[in-house]
Amino acid sequence: METIKERKKAQAIQNPIKISGAEAIIHCLLAEGVDLIYGYPGGAIMPIYDELYKFQDSLTHVLTRHEQGATHSAQGFARVTGKVGVAMATSGPGATNLVTGLADAQIDSTPMVCITGQVPRHLLGSDAFQETDIIGISTPVTKWNYQITKASEIPEIMAKAFYIAKSGRPGPVLVDITKNAQFDELDFTYAPCTAVRSYTPIPKPDLRSIETAANMINAAKKPYIIFGQGVILGEAENQLRALVEKAGIPAAWTILGLSALDTAHPLNVGMVGMHGNYGPNVLTNECDLLIAIGMRFDDRVTGNLDTYAKQAKVIHFEIDPAEIDKNVKVDVAVLGNAKETLELLLPMVKENKHEAWHNEFKKKYEVEFDAVIKKDLHPTKEGLTMGEVIAEINQASKNEAVIVTDVGQHQMVTCRYAKFKQSKSSITSGGLGTMGFALPAAIGAKMGAMDREVVAIIGDGGYQMTIQELGTIFQNKVPVKIVVLNNDHLGMVRQWQELFFESRYASTVMTNPDFVKIAEGYHITSKRVKERKDLKAAVTEMMASKDAYFLEVCVEKEDNVFPMIPSGASVSDIRLK
Amino acid sequence: MFDPRSVRFPLDVFKWKIMENKWFTISVYSENNVGLLNRISGIFLKRHINVESLNVSKSEIEHVSKFTIVVFTTEDWTRKIVAQIEKQIEVIKAFYHTDEETIYQESAIFKIESHLLFDERQIQNIIKESHAQIVTVSREFFVLAKTGRREEIDEMYQHLKPYGIMQFVRSGRITVTKSPMRISAILEEFQNN
Repeated sequence: METIKERKKAQAIQNPIKISGAEAIIHCLLAEGVDLIYGYPGGAIMPIYDELYKFQDSLTHVLTRHEQGATHSAQGFARVTGKVGVAMATSGPGATNLVTGLADAQIDSTPMVCITGQVPRHLLGSDAFQETDIIGISTPVTKWNYQITKASEIPEIMAKAFYIAKSGRPGPVLVDITKNAQFDELDFTYAPCTAVRSYTPIPKPDLRSIETAANMINAAKKPYIIFGQGVILGEAENQLRALVEKAGIPAAWTILGLSALDTAHPLNVGMVGMHGNYGPNVLTNECDLLIAIGMRFDDRVTGNLDTYAKQAKVIHFEIDPAEIDKNVKVDVAVLGNAKETLELLLPMVKENKHEAWHNEFKKKYEVEFDAVIKKDLHPTKEGLTMGEVIAEINQASKNEAVIVTDVGQHQMVTCRYAKFKQSKSSITSGGLGTMGFALPAAIGAKMGAMDREVVAIIGDGGYQMTIQELGTIFQNKVPVKIVVLNNDHLGMVRQWQELFFESRYASTVMTNPDFVKIAEGYHITSKRVKERKDLKAAVTEMMASKDAYFLEVCVEKEDNVFPMIPSGASVSDIRLK
Repeated sequence: MFDPRSVRFPLDVFKWKIMENKWFTISVYSENNVGLLNRISGIFLKRHINVESLNVSKSEIEHVSKFTIVVFTTEDWTRKIVAQIEKQIEVIKAFYHTDEETIYQESAIFKIESHLLFDERQIQNIIKESHAQIVTVSREFFVLAKTGRREEIDEMYQHLKPYGIMQFVRSGRITVTKSPMRISAILEEFQNN
């Protein structure tokens, strides 16, 4: 398949041309620099698909096997490139199948534009065939949505859709287009959107709050940074690293912040949250200054809010004013794009080392190593652990791969142990926890970064939620590497049942099919590994493959992921076993 | 020497105050948009907070709508809701105020059988005392309109109830603030553009 070219900047088209609404949609996409979309055709969107057929040289449409797959592929593409992902579907069930992807993109702030067909204007509200109120349905899970009923509205709305999706805190936008608006003609011109009067994408940084923040950082004895995806979305990776290094502040990440700072950086102390690292969680309640950068204090990060960082002053660098004081009351809020605000902060911050404080993280790491990590990465028992598989992948990929994860135990293990050198390299469903995310997201990620290895790591449960996307991989020859860590269980739920429901394994045992045969059915090279002695060779073979490759690793069936902060407990009460 | 404690948000002190349920009026200035009402009501729905009253009208600025929403909840929730409302693309600005900070009114209309106006002398006293207006009188019924605070309308309702009310309806609250709305400058800018 073709390598996706660098996306051009949105372009204006000034001389009016008389074209159909459907063709106008294609011109809008091209003007926005889109050359790749994911979707699934159907009755109400056929005029647009007819135009896609004519424009297939300049605009690649990837037929997924389900509309949900189209959204996750668009998300994977957006997350790896930083550009707007585009997904398309027909009305009714096509549109409702987008909802999970929209909700996922909304909670994880992923720029995405979804285009849905709709019944003709005169049939709206008549319960026509495949009519559904997708505007009403998608409202809570979109940053913005709009129903186009006249062809003449298309250029302005499409420009606005792309602008809103990618500006400020990014998010999904849905544009619903009635069939008559696709057929009707308009005098087409295009002007990219640069502002919406009622919308302030990036609040102006307030210098006084930045000065106050700098003073607090300079005065702190035990400062601690927790960074999130805001650093990646705001492309503030260099500024973050500069701050960490200059002020000598240990920095931990939320799951979506992973890869914003090299995992091998000496001041990168690991992950916070329910299955995060021991030190970063426990020491949250020992620091004297907590500096949150581009993160939103999700409950999986904070545990019990009443006992979260109560001893510390809190500074919150954030682009979205609605996040301030939402979960954790902060002492200073620094609104703005992290790149801009950190840039302003840097000269005011004094150099520091905080060695004794940093050593506390190292000591906690040793505790975690002895209790958890050693067993995960260098197991002495017979069964394979998920951790050792990730360690092999790290080694074979030289920490340079894009790793896409699904949801559950394998996701926590991967995010704990995967190593990254480059930003935008870890793609996972964080906020929504969407099982079935990884396989289609990996397709989008690979097509957005053809020069990089993309490895999807998936559990046996989530894999079967979107397994049909193997068809998309086969048809489009997407050279993505798929690793299923098979424990024949819905592992995370089983773990909770073991720990909190007295091992009553209600509906968490899975009788699985022969995954290798299924992949072979799609003509994807496949292998199954059951024993440790075969693991290294299999991973090496997979990483060396130029084509798509499926690797099933049968891991220990009833392993648990530790450390763990039980739901509702304090970050201090993280369990090592 | 800078003391970081000096900037500590004085929240703990006022925690009791912001956690107490009170009446708040939320004023939302927005573009006139079909789907926005749905978007705003969804913000309340998501948090399981009941809207006590809702009024949508034009505002002092052309093409700018004003939502007036009354809720009975804590200040903490109200502030978070207002932040979420303001985050919506078509919302220009949202504010919240306590009852003490606003001048507010509601309207109600009552439909009553006409013969009562002549058979029950007390009804005429109720009309006079409550400063209600007679909107129309027909052979079968007459209609009273009353504008005022909710307590005044409730009181009038209680007085009329024994005689039989054929129909009753009350509007959402409408308010203006005692202090100037900071929106004015932003809106003027819009108008000039």
